[in-house]
Amino acid sequence: MIIDLFVSHYNYWVVILLMMVGFYTLISRGNLVKKIVGLNVFQTSVFMLYISMGRIKGGTPPILVEPKGTGKGHGGADTSGGVEMMGETAAEILYSNPLPHVLILTAIVVGIAVTSVGLALAVRVKEAYGTMEEDEINRIEEEMEEAEWRRGRGEIIHEILGKFPARRALTAPSGAEADA
Amino acid sequence: MSDHLPVLQVLAPLLAAPVCALLRSARAAGALAVLASWATLAVALALLGEVRAVGVVSYAIGDWVPPIGIEYRVDMVNAWVLVIVGTIASVVSPYMIASVSSEVERRRIPLFYAAYLLCLTGLLGIAVTGDVFNVFVFLEISSLSAYALIAMGTGRRALTAAFRYLVMGSVGATFIVIGIGLLYVMTGSLNMADLAVLLPEVWDSRTVKVAYGFLGVGCCLKLALFPLHLWLPNAYAFAPSAVTAFLASTATKVAVYMLLRFFLTIFGAPFSFGTMALDRVLLPLALVAIASMSMVAVLQVDVKRLLAYSSVAQIGYVVLGLSLASVTGLTATLLHLFNHALMKGALFMAMGCVVYRIGSAHIDAMAGLGRRMPWTMAAFLVGGLSLVGVPLTVGFVSKWYLILGAIERGWWPVAVVVLLASLLALVYVWRVVETAYMRPYEGDGRAVEAPPGLLLPTWVLAAASIYFGVFAKSTVATAEQAARVLMSGVGS
Amino acid sequence: MLGLSLALPVAGAVSIALLRRSPNAREAASLLTAGALFAIVLRIYASVSGGGRPSLALAEPIPGISVTLEAEPLGVLFALVASFLWIVTTMYSIGYMRGNRESNQTRYYLFFAFAIASAMGVAFAGNLFTLFVFYELLSLTTFPLVTHAGTAKARRAGRVYLGILLTTSIAFLLLAIVWTYAVAGTLDFRQGGILAGEVAGAAVPVLLGLYVFGIGKAAVMPLHRWLPAAMVAPTPVSALLHAVAVVKAGVFAVLKVTVYVFGIDFLAEAGASAWLTWVAAATIILGSLVALTKDNLKARLAYSTVSQLSYVVLGAMLASTLGVGGGGAHIVTHAFGKITLFFCAGAIYVAAHKTEVSQMRGLGRTMPVTMAAFLIGALSVVGVPPLAGSVSKWYLLGATLDSGQIALAAVLVVSTLLNVAYLLPIPILAFLSKPEGETAGGGPQGGTVLNEAPAWCLIALSFVALGCIALIFWADRAFQLLQPIAAAAGG
Repeated sequence: MIIDLFVSHYNYWVVILLMMVGFYTLISRGNLVKKIVGLNVFQTSVFMLYISMGRIKGGTPPILVEPKGTGKGHGGADTSGGVEMMGETAAEILYSNPLPHVLILTAIVVGIAVTSVGLALAVRVKEAYGTMEEDEINRIEEEMEEAEWRRGRGEIIHEILGKFPARRALTAPSGAEADA
Repeated sequence: MSDHLPVLQVLAPLLAAPVCALLRSARAAGALAVLASWATLAVALALLGEVRAVGVVSYAIGDWVPPIGIEYRVDMVNAWVLVIVGTIASVVSPYMIASVSSEVERRRIPLFYAAYLLCLTGLLGIAVTGDVFNVFVFLEISSLSAYALIAMGTGRRALTAAFRYLVMGSVGATFIVIGIGLLYVMTGSLNMADLAVLLPEVWDSRTVKVAYGFLGVGCCLKLALFPLHLWLPNAYAFAPSAVTAFLASTATKVAVYMLLRFFLTIFGAPFSFGTMALDRVLLPLALVAIASMSMVAVLQVDVKRLLAYSSVAQIGYVVLGLSLASVTGLTATLLHLFNHALMKGALFMAMGCVVYRIGSAHIDAMAGLGRRMPWTMAAFLVGGLSLVGVPLTVGFVSKWYLILGAIERGWWPVAVVVLLASLLALVYVWRVVETAYMRPYEGDGRAVEAPPGLLLPTWVLAAASIYFGVFAKSTVATAEQAARVLMSGVGS
Repeated sequence: MLGLSLALPVAGAVSIALLRRSPNAREAASLLTAGALFAIVLRIYASVSGGGRPSLALAEPIPGISVTLEAEPLGVLFALVASFLWIVTTMYSIGYMRGNRESNQTRYYLFFAFAIASAMGVAFAGNLFTLFVFYELLSLTTFPLVTHAGTAKARRAGRVYLGILLTTSIAFLLLAIVWTYAVAGTLDFRQGGILAGEVAGAAVPVLLGLYVFGIGKAAVMPLHRWLPAAMVAPTPVSALLHAVAVVKAGVFAVLKVTVYVFGIDFLAEAGASAWLTWVAAATIILGSLVALTKDNLKARLAYSTVSQLSYVVLGAMLASTLGVGGGGAHIVTHAFGKITLFFCAGAIYVAAHKTEVSQMRGLGRTMPVTMAAFLIGALSVVGVPPLAGSVSKWYLLGATLDSGQIALAAVLVVSTLLNVAYLLPIPILAFLSKPEGETAGGGPQGGTVLNEAPAWCLIALSFVALGCIALIFWADRAFQLLQPIAAAAGG
């Protein structure tokens, strides 16, 4: 039973596996490029989902089958999305659904664009921070934020938060350092 | 001409974008961007007029008949959203010309305008289309250009903010594609109106519910609903000022529209509120967003980031209206889309003026600006009071409907939370106002009044946020009509 | 006419801003506006006392809810007091601000005019929404006046001021208004109320409580902190705004809500206001007790105001014709009494730079006019018979006895004794003790040299002090003016 469920829907399992691999990479890796790779795998799993669902059991590729001789080739079947566009042999021939494939063509293009923008950003982050590791970047940014925070002392929020020990370290003594 | 309005809505900025990219002169590119933005507003207003007259405007792209071809379908709801986006675009684009020149490298300016126009195209496209896959395509067009726009901000943190947004945005968009794919598996259609007819037959199927979940999470990522908002504060804080003003007033608004469209038009209010208990899922999230993000905003020292957190809180209001599951609640949601766009636009633009003059949005740098930059800070004050919800400002009108909706449902605690959060808004707005007006100026001579190119657009929005607070009849009527359309499912 | 009553102060503000280069012209414009405003309010009074109810719709921000002005007796009474005392205060301001060489005087006159415009809006509000709008405007426009000094202390006080006023109005008052709208479907002020039959049971006292506490300007404890905080403002501001316009706007709003939203009959039937009478009584006593402990003169007067305001709230919460009438009359009489006291406090500060009660020994010798006026004001606030304050107190006492609340009547009596205890020692000290200088070795001014405040201040304060006496003839007329609303509610 269970094995049956696995086997008959194996395409979904593959998709889910890929999706999880990609998502996990995206979340767990600190390197920006690896994150992009994870994102890519994640997106690819969705492409697979679309492509596999377009297939119909026993269907032929969605290319107009000419009964005899030569036809007009592949026409506009892709835009019509249509099983409806079939010729006179429609009754016998079962076509796979081409529409998901076409959709995913668009999605692939989008995916490439995302990847390239992401990589370009990664390069510029490397230039600006000297690192591509998220931990490092976060540390640098936290320091910047602390410096900003200190600048604002003397303001009401600092008066209030100065009463809490955790923030006091941030407000009172180091403020003097910032002055120096 | 008027037959082609829906497609013109998208075409104007789409065609202008590559031209901008090719232009060498920053000035010419800017002028083109402004023209294209004004054209979109004109088209959006014309569309709204037509929708008022005939109900629904349907346009078949390339004359392919709807369920098969791509349909652009405009009813009260998207006409309203189109007007919001068009208004903000046509006000922000003149502002860009002055603001961008100080924040973006000169040779990149034409490219900047190209990215802006593409972003605008994407946002308008999401709103105008009646085809769910088309939504995804436009979503990515707008998102990709938004990543690029944010990365053009000064300071290196703009880059990491853009990267973070890219990662979360792409995940969100991918979730939406998954949801769309599952819907297609179940119904064999991608047309919204068609889907709305076909879906009720398969409401019980688990696949539809999974699709619902994916679409929900995807949309909430894009609209930055707590706790999926992490990309937003830094993206808004470090993007160029004009971009922040533009995105803050449009991008999340369009994402909310997307959510409304998917959940209320396609799945239908009975399914969303009945089977899926959407109201009960969104209500706590919205309340937590309102309360917690307002508190976080209180603690910020960078005013742009303060406003960004306030945006997340305000999105909570918008979602809260939806979770009230009534016409009054939805009216509040749709009103707040417009009203918040006005006031947050004014606020971010005022901050842009400050950054333009003194190069910082730190609260400490605001000291004494009430006298040095009176008009700028007055605009900030107007926007801020509106954010608090002082009567005779737009913020009050939407808050009124929100509270009314909550009371109508008998949800007293909700009304109380909304009111208490307004007080938090008062605290964070007042921090800035008090610093600007009550502390002496400490900097050098740089802080003088912003140039008219920046002030004028800022004041257009600030004045609008008073005007539509005093004369709210037309906006309320439109929003209410749109809310009725949404609650009744497919617009007739 | 109604529109003019709002437009005039605004126009005055604009001309003040335009005339900022020349102080004389600026102050002349201020005085002129104040005089013209009073004339207009008088005309409105004439029309209302003839039974008219002029009204004017300004805008309709939310469909079904408009910003409308409408003159009715209670509002006219409040407007009369506020606009009349504005003239006097402007005269006083000229002396005070020049005498103290305050900075930013243009801003001061400017926001003063705006505040008066807002107060007129409150007075003539035709529905709850309009009342709310102008109530909030009043908070916002008085903020720059409170923080006029611009010091850290003023900033902190400004935060308390705006914090409490806006917090209560947004969190409670707005909630109450939306609630009212949700059940009654209208926000109009109507004779006999709009809520009768729409809410019932425990909801009535809760809703009334939201209103009373939501109107933070009425300074019902524990939401009174803003009033002492606001005392950092220049004295004319404390005098007009924090003895008359702002605080009276609060109690006025409470009265209006009682009469026109709930309706006296409905309240009396539902018994919803009983718990609030005790809150008001507690405020009366506690406010007086705190006043006793304050050495700073303005702080003492502020707590005295807190206590006196609750007289009006108490009158409203008694939900009887006599109570409402007495409350309305008390708005007028207390306004005159308290403004006299504040004017004197300011005059003492300008002339002798003294702020603490304990420093005022023997001041009666150097400032006889001021201290005489102080005595009159104090006696009026205490309620000694030939003076104005006695009339309203008498009505209020009658109202408590009428409703059979002996305990509340006792509260009023005890409070009167406390008034005596914290107010009368000041003139007694001033007139009967020896000046400090003689014992402590000679102040800068020496002993018995006459050292009065600037003439403008003296004119103003003697004027209001005489008002306290003259008002005895008119306090009854104020009560008569209120008869129609109370009677209609009673019938």
